[in-house]
Amino acid sequence: MSLLPAILTGLALGSMYGLLALGFHVTYAVSGTVNFSQGSSMTLGAVAGYYFLVLWGWPSALGIPAVLLICALYGLIIERYAVRPFVARGSENWLMATVAVGIIIDNLMLFVFGKEPRGFPSSLAVKPIQIVEGAGVYPLQLVIPVVGLLLATALHLFTRRTRHGVAMLAVVQNPGAAKLMGIDVGRTIAISYAASAVLAGIAALLIAPLFNVASDMGTLFGIKAFAAAIIGGLGSAWGVMLAGLCLGLIEVFATTYLGSVYTQIITFASVIVILVVMPHGLLGRAGVKKV
Amino acid sequence: MKNALTSSHHSFRRRTFLKALTGVASAALLLVASGAQAADPIKLGLVAALSGQSARSGEALTRGATIAIEEINAKGGVLGRKLELVRRDDESNPAKGLIAARELIQREKVAALIGGLDTPVALAIVPFVNGAKVPYVVPWAAGTKITQNGAPENYVFRVSAMDDEVDKAIVQYARKNFDTKKPGLILVNNPWGESNEHGFKAALKAAGIEPAGIEKFEGNDVDVVPQLTRLKAAGADTLFLVGNVGPGSQVVKSLDRMSWMPPIVSHWGVAGGRFTELAGPSAKNVIFVQTYSFFGDLPPVGKKVLSALEKKYSDIKGPADITPAVGVANAYDTVMVIAAAITKAGKTDGTALRDAFYNIENVEGLIKTYNKPFTKTNHDALSHEDYIWTHFDGDHILPVANKK
Repeated sequence: MSLLPAILTGLALGSMYGLLALGFHVTYAVSGTVNFSQGSSMTLGAVAGYYFLVLWGWPSALGIPAVLLICALYGLIIERYAVRPFVARGSENWLMATVAVGIIIDNLMLFVFGKEPRGFPSSLAVKPIQIVEGAGVYPLQLVIPVVGLLLATALHLFTRRTRHGVAMLAVVQNPGAAKLMGIDVGRTIAISYAASAVLAGIAALLIAPLFNVASDMGTLFGIKAFAAAIIGGLGSAWGVMLAGLCLGLIEVFATTYLGSVYTQIITFASVIVILVVMPHGLLGRAGVKKV
Repeated sequence: MKNALTSSHHSFRRRTFLKALTGVASAALLLVASGAQAADPIKLGLVAALSGQSARSGEALTRGATIAIEEINAKGGVLGRKLELVRRDDESNPAKGLIAARELIQREKVAALIGGLDTPVALAIVPFVNGAKVPYVVPWAAGTKITQNGAPENYVFRVSAMDDEVDKAIVQYARKNFDTKKPGLILVNNPWGESNEHGFKAALKAAGIEPAGIEKFEGNDVDVVPQLTRLKAAGADTLFLVGNVGPGSQVVKSLDRMSWMPPIVSHWGVAGGRFTELAGPSAKNVIFVQTYSFFGDLPPVGKKVLSALEKKYSDIKGPADITPAVGVANAYDTVMVIAAAITKAGKTDGTALRDAFYNIENVEGLIKTYNKPFTKTNHDALSHEDYIWTHFDGDHILPVANKK
């Protein structure tokens, strides 16, 4: 494989990881907690999308907001029942609780959707564009990095430039003081969880046509997205997106030049190496969180 | 004192009487029991996935076995006794499969066990049936080690495809039809892919050709372009594919993106259903192995089974509705073979029955007529010569000869 096709494939794959990983960043930036089963949120979004858009044939203008609404509600539920009670007690058990909710969701999806994978057709994933010979991509594969970068930019601007965004940063730096300044800390955190699940929903709708909808589709994606979030530095939207791209590139280069037997070994070994060299991730800053 | 003696005397007499009575009663019971046994059905156990992803395949096995049993029972059964199918769900889980097998053999006292959709489930059951000395016939799972299990007393037989034979068949088919000189192997990264990697290496070595490369992919990989590009760069002229529907569709979609259209010859994993929905229009390019198809001009047995299926199951209106056809055909033939063995053995004793499998003659099945299909060293009824080649036309699996 020549260099250019490998880069293209890697970027398309990596932007999927990055997109999903942004969900980890959003809640971490506000509350210092994450929903560990972000992959399951993605499965939920894909299954909801399959029902609304494919099975029941709703128009996109109705179906897509409906999917994102369901994801937002799911995010609120996660925060209310799997995170807030534990954080209030100063315990770290939200860690296990979010994993548990993810497993419950996976099994619910298995129950509702069945084990058999189903197709998720999209007009953006029918005819590949041949950018260079032998490196065709579906238009959707170009849309994903664009959406990912736009969302990362939007998040970055939101937290730095808007009142609400600054309020969010205040919440993570000092919840007590933020509360005294009249910021509704609880609500801000709840909204960040809703936003995180919505990001997973967007990722699901973009990825499903390239993949298939299946009850276990989010598992490996969730793990790789988490790796991207950690490498990128959980606190930085740019870092997370960048790390996703790196991860995708590493994966494709390993497969292309060494063979698929080495893909997972090389990919996850690289994760460790990056973290040893840069303990706070690519763009993370040291000392953000004092324990 | 006197009273006591009298009473003991009395009780002695009563005991004798009771003993006699018990004797008569138990003799009577024995008679009744043996009478009942003659009329008792011979039970055949079926362990398969009846729920979950493979439920459809489990249902196909059930239907094939049921049609065969009804046909046999209509002719008076075997050894004057009716056959009866007792089903248990293994949920594609080896531990549950083993529990079900144990229950069927120990509690239901089945004469023979049928089952094994998934190779891991079948492999879990193998040591148990060999210990329990009850014949176990696999109508689906293709893992080579199921029948070649190394046990000194092997009770495991198979009426289905087998990885090593399939790999041999794929190599032969590709050479004959596509003049394949340098195949590229694209295999799912799990024990099934592993099993076929061994099979392919042996088959290619025997044919004297070198593969362009052997690439693995994960069951939930989105993009297989890098692996396929490696194979293309290495000069692969044909692809040999091993993977189920989901992973197989990712290979086809990736090839579409590369606009590379080599011939693809595949193991039967892609036949699981909905392959066209998942892989898109290029799904029809994949040619895969099957043991049977109800399409085309059927021999008398095929016609008979097809009409029996249509009569019994309202959702079957023609060959296209029998999916997966291999499940129905393999299970039908499996029951016919077991019935023939029971007739040969003249009893349902496990070891006698097992030995009778070696002497089966002229059993008319769907896939072929079984004439001494098993020997002490070969417990597989089908070989690469019995397979057929098919492809998807929409949702239907058609023999390649019918290709439009």
